[in-house]
Amino acid sequence: MSPDEVDLTCSVGDLGLPNPVMTASGCAGGRELAPFLEVGDLGAFVTGSVTLDPCAGAAGPRLRETPSGVLHRTGLQNPGLQGFLTGELPWLAQRGAKTVVSIAAGTLGEYAELARRVGNSPGVRAVEVNLDRTARELPGRRFGDDPYQAGKVLAVVRRDVPRGIPVLAKLVWQPGLVDVARSVVKAGADAVVISGQVPGAAVDRSAPEPSVLSGTLSGPAVHAVAVQGVWQVHAAMPDVPVVGVGGVRTGWDAVELLLAGASAVQVGTAALHDPTAPLRVVEELRVELGTLGMGSVARAVGAAHGQGVSR
Amino acid sequence: MTAARPGPVRVDGEMLAVKRTAGYVHLTVVAPGVAERFRPGSFVALAVGGPLSDRCLRRGFPIYRVRASGTYGGTVEVVAEPDEPGTRWLAGRPAGSPVDVLGPLGRPFALPKEPVSCVLVGERRGCAPLFPLAERLRERGCAVHMLLGAADERSLFGTLEARRAARTVMVATEDGSVGMRGGVVDVLPDLLVRTGADVVYASGSFPMLHAAARAAERHGAWSQTAVPAPDGCGTGLCLGCVLPVVGEDGLTRMVRACTEGPVFRGDRVRWDDVGTVPTDAWGAVTPEAAP
Repeated sequence: MSPDEVDLTCSVGDLGLPNPVMTASGCAGGRELAPFLEVGDLGAFVTGSVTLDPCAGAAGPRLRETPSGVLHRTGLQNPGLQGFLTGELPWLAQRGAKTVVSIAAGTLGEYAELARRVGNSPGVRAVEVNLDRTARELPGRRFGDDPYQAGKVLAVVRRDVPRGIPVLAKLVWQPGLVDVARSVVKAGADAVVISGQVPGAAVDRSAPEPSVLSGTLSGPAVHAVAVQGVWQVHAAMPDVPVVGVGGVRTGWDAVELLLAGASAVQVGTAALHDPTAPLRVVEELRVELGTLGMGSVARAVGAAHGQGVSR
Repeated sequence: MTAARPGPVRVDGEMLAVKRTAGYVHLTVVAPGVAERFRPGSFVALAVGGPLSDRCLRRGFPIYRVRASGTYGGTVEVVAEPDEPGTRWLAGRPAGSPVDVLGPLGRPFALPKEPVSCVLVGERRGCAPLFPLAERLRERGCAVHMLLGAADERSLFGTLEARRAARTVMVATEDGSVGMRGGVVDVLPDLLVRTGADVVYASGSFPMLHAAARAAERHGAWSQTAVPAPDGCGTGLCLGCVLPVVGEDGLTRMVRACTEGPVFRGDRVRWDDVGTVPTDAWGAVTPEAAP
């Protein structure tokens, strides 16, 4: 099939998209990408996580290159809700971006306030809930670690985001992933974003004294983790839209996530390496689907299930 | 041809020449579009390892020289130090091999409107971006004085070229093998007095930049400091290269060396706090609110 015949339009629940390639939260600003691509051409633009108050982020070092990956610990540096709503959101709206706003908080009350104010802002197409955050009342525990806590967050966010604005729950892979996914869907999440990111650490050899950076590992190194997570969640809940994120740098990487059950994908680390990568992935995806003889994205979603794949 | 769009480009470039100097490697890369947009102080971020590379971050290099057009199209030149696998890979590229180039990136040196006296101080290969700067300053009628330094003769860069680029040149080495014995920062205060410097342009390590900014301030001169071109994304996406800088409003913010820099006003950078998030920075987490 010719790539030109492939229909890339797709939907994540009620969120209609021109193509299934979004940016991943935290790996893309708006203005930073503008010299290299039209943000309006992306399937969707997912913002860096916004917190209620401005956040200066973590002290350095924040970033280290590891084999096929990037280890990072930026501490969610962001301008805060007010700074985002007045500075970044209008710019994105003006550029025609399909903006998905990622929100992050330490308490249910903060999630609720973010949900209400972001959800009611013009130009917001969906809200992505970052659950990879420490719950202030449960030291050392992250909301996304636990089905009950994750469900509580999604319940307050879904309650305060207007109907018609989809709410996506972002989860990282862990042994209990499917249970957490069930819980957030039951609590009202319209879709689940599955990230392959894992904890990691690396030792700096250039520093005078050996120093360890402990943080989050992203990039091609974790792509298979994302495929696994998408596969599991789609198998358990075939009717729930899933977005896959982790190590996508080629069209085939994106197709792999679609076949495993994702309705859309996000590009993160690849955009750090090459800001033109997200739109290159779109074009490569078109060619890959054509080669597979799949005329639409919908045809590919979950197509690898039921084909006798061994666990 | 349409007029060049402002801002950086990503281009599939080509290695034109790799020349080894004493301690460094001088790379010339064909990179159409980069030369046309270049201003002194901006940098390029080169991908390393080729298309199947497992290296996900770029290497940043201040631009040493550009040629807007020639037999091969626009070229850009940088000075690299092959001290890690990525840079060693670049240094080992044969002429004609592909190089993925992003640039020119970052905020360039601010140029004076009046023909003032300028001291350009550089350390090791950090001297490289000072040469195109010297040319622009001379075009504006500025008196250009250069002070170049390194630990030893092998690590010096550009001392011969400096004699053509500047009215006066001073060289300082820690081991005294060339020029004055000592660091550039030991020599700088006297030089500022002797040249009646109005502006100090500095490029080198953080401690050197700190000392240069302090010397400029004591002398009553402006300073423009270029921090090392960061490795990372080069575009501002990864937030890996932040440092605390005081804004016009007196507020300290964590800003990116690749986007808001690499050139900063020397009196704006909180040099003692580089590598940390000062507690009074905008959005700093107060101890009681820490997760």
